[in-house]
Amino acid sequence: MAEFVLNVNGKRVSVDAPPDEPLLYVLRNRLGLTGTKYGCGEGQCGACTVLLDGLATRSCRILASAVRTAKIITIEGLEQNGQLSAVQQAFLDEGALQCGYCTSGMILSATSLLRNKGNPSDDEIVAAMNGNVCRCGTYPRIVAAIRRAADQMAGVHSA
Amino acid sequence: MNPRDEFEREFFEGGSWNPPDGWQFDRRDFLRFFGGGLFVGLAGASALAQESGRSFGGHELPKDLSAWLHIGADSRVKVFTGKVEIGQNIRTSLAQQVAEELRVAFDSIEMVMGDTALTPYDMGTFGSRTTPTMAPQLRKMAAAARQMLIESAATRWNADATALTAADGKVSNPKTGRSLNYGDITHGDNLVKIVSGDEALTPATEWKVAGSPVPKTQCRDFVTGRHQYPSDITRPGMLFGAVLRPDGFNAKLQSIDTSAAEKLPGVKVIRDGDFTGVVAPGQIAARQALLAIQARWEVPAQPSNQNLFEVLKSGSSNGRDERPQHVAGSVAQAMDTADIKVEEQYTVQFIAHTPLEPRAAVAEWQGDKLTVWTGTQRPFGVRDELVQAFGIPAENARVIQPDMGSGYGGKHTGEAAVEAARLAKAAGKPVKLEWTRREEFTWAYFRPAGLIEVRAGAERDGTLLAWEFHNYNSGNAGIGTPYNVANQVIQYHPVDSPLRQGSYRSLAAAANHFARESVMDSLAHGAAIDPLEFRLKNLTDPRLIAVFKAAAEKFGWGNAKSTPERGFGIAGGTEKGGFVATCAEVAIDPTTKKVRIRRVVQAWESGAVVNPDGLRNQLSGAIVQAIGGALFEQILFGDGRILNASFAQYRLPRFSDAPQIEIVLVDRKDIPPAGAGETGLVGLAPAVGNAIFAATGTRLRSMPMAPRAAAPGQPEPPFKS
Repeated sequence: MAEFVLNVNGKRVSVDAPPDEPLLYVLRNRLGLTGTKYGCGEGQCGACTVLLDGLATRSCRILASAVRTAKIITIEGLEQNGQLSAVQQAFLDEGALQCGYCTSGMILSATSLLRNKGNPSDDEIVAAMNGNVCRCGTYPRIVAAIRRAADQMAGVHSA
Repeated sequence: MNPRDEFEREFFEGGSWNPPDGWQFDRRDFLRFFGGGLFVGLAGASALAQESGRSFGGHELPKDLSAWLHIGADSRVKVFTGKVEIGQNIRTSLAQQVAEELRVAFDSIEMVMGDTALTPYDMGTFGSRTTPTMAPQLRKMAAAARQMLIESAATRWNADATALTAADGKVSNPKTGRSLNYGDITHGDNLVKIVSGDEALTPATEWKVAGSPVPKTQCRDFVTGRHQYPSDITRPGMLFGAVLRPDGFNAKLQSIDTSAAEKLPGVKVIRDGDFTGVVAPGQIAARQALLAIQARWEVPAQPSNQNLFEVLKSGSSNGRDERPQHVAGSVAQAMDTADIKVEEQYTVQFIAHTPLEPRAAVAEWQGDKLTVWTGTQRPFGVRDELVQAFGIPAENARVIQPDMGSGYGGKHTGEAAVEAARLAKAAGKPVKLEWTRREEFTWAYFRPAGLIEVRAGAERDGTLLAWEFHNYNSGNAGIGTPYNVANQVIQYHPVDSPLRQGSYRSLAAAANHFARESVMDSLAHGAAIDPLEFRLKNLTDPRLIAVFKAAAEKFGWGNAKSTPERGFGIAGGTEKGGFVATCAEVAIDPTTKKVRIRRVVQAWESGAVVNPDGLRNQLSGAIVQAIGGALFEQILFGDGRILNASFAQYRLPRFSDAPQIEIVLVDRKDIPPAGAGETGLVGLAPAVGNAIFAATGTRLRSMPMAPRAAAPGQPEPPFKS
């Protein structure tokens, strides 16, 4: 076991975990942040996506002990003072989910995309999101939700 | 059909399985939760013991209202059902229908679902049965409760009950202007009443809450990560478990050495006959302990993709009924006189459900009482598995099903629940067991593979004459033809399957529609008649005709001719009370031979629409899911092993595969709603196959139609996806 400190959702948290434990398991089992999901353990489905310094990252494929200096944001860290993020709100408004198991990863991947590209085309959205799997097949609604969030964020910035 | 028979057909069509013993229903006391009761009418508590509801294969649906519905002193309504929410949105659509009959706001309803200690017995959530059976059941209870509340208020006011009205969670007397909230009538007491079942229900034409696009209930919990799925449940002092898997199916353990694993800190190895598992304080520690176990297995030689269809064709029925489903006239004679003749063979490979949340369970013993939180479509079925596995009385086993990361027919069984309970019992602590993706791919069960042989004939003018249809192994759902044909043989041949198989969303209807609608297309081309016109010529079912016309109109069927790079196809059918017609446009790259589905228009009718937004979501999702089985999903296997048990090797539909999708809903308010979770899948594959044929003249008769590489034993596919 090793003791180290992580920066998760704006808070410094102390973790006691084996040095070879993937971030996903530290988040879920040691920090109780179960909004981050296991889907495949191969980095192929995106259910475990978190933001590392703003970039979408598969938490099943990265060791927790290796990200001590990064700012980690999970799905639990997007809501601010009871206010959903633009992407969360857009998923809600578009009804862009069925079972919802992929939703955390989808929202964080979309958040990463929109931080890097303000007004992506549908093709750019598809290319950026293609590593995230929704088995219920809600892809068209997710694309619509990301479009809606992009428009909303553009409106806020121009206002 | 008896629901039990239906379950066996649903889950085990084509498969071999023995039901667990102990299916007797423990008659439960539904009055135990909320203390006293509000008695109305003649039926008292003593009558409950003698009343029997509809029989569900030995189980009974309770007729006492309090088993299904409770109204608190705060007027909040709790509704109890053994059905489970797995993404199909019934938590929302059932609540809408109860709100409608009870005359309360949608938000005042809480659905208590899939908890064997709190909800009436239910066979399971499958077969598109929730909307046609559970919804009317709950609506009747709500209608009876409404009447009870009115009568109770009438007694209190000494008024004529027929003069009172119920609306917005209140009973009112229009004459006096007085009103009472429901909660002020019940004070939270039980609603004690035997419900006869002939309560008048509000017709769909008068619906206000039902029939409207109410958003998914508790949706905020899903976009914030707050919702607790089965794999998210934790218990105080909980350990993590992992189970040693054999090297292959039907393997025999030769030797095992667990000494290294036992030396790991905090690890306990649990052996019980053939079962070997570990518990550890951490999830990774448990997996590492498994890796430290040295086990040698002997795996016998077993079938593979290479000889799959020979195995199915020559397989033993093992005493299962293989008489033809339907025989009419003489196919042989009719084929002799037919102008256009088609004789074709279709195949479908095994595919995996791959719900994004693999099987998971948390088990906790308190003395000889067991509670398991798990993801399953059959909480009561899993309870029965636990009862059998541990020899405990049914009242000592409780299964709780938090809304889960879906199933698609793939989570009818309780493997993880039983395993977690075994580990927890031996460890003396609560244990969580989450299956890995590889375990879910390997040790769950598959959508059956199948071989389908069709012989059909038509007259020059397009009149169908003969139809002979044999399905080997994949199942009999949707096996009949909705077209008018005087001479028919329809036969399902159940055989022993080389892999464990079971339900999959739409069952064999996807395979049977693929074969039937492709052959219909071949016949249409043979007769040089437009494929839509050919179908309409042989149809009289107005509901199927209506969806074909609706889909064709929205799609612009016939407006453009197929070219070698762009094809248009159509297909449709009916199953489980749903009527579907699907038009597809595909693009084919002439050099790379890559197929892409560009646009799909699907028309749908399943009676009155309960929630148009949820229904569109279901149908659109069904189309996307169907793309996998149609174009590229297939399980590769041999000698008892799954050879592509990972997402890197098993291709799933992704964003880039999703076409432009347009859904046309035909809302028949005069017809009771049927389920819509499954049949929306069946039109896609044949519509795409027919579009590829229209573009290229190549008829694809194997699903998947355009995999990255052929399964061993299959010819190299002419197209890729």
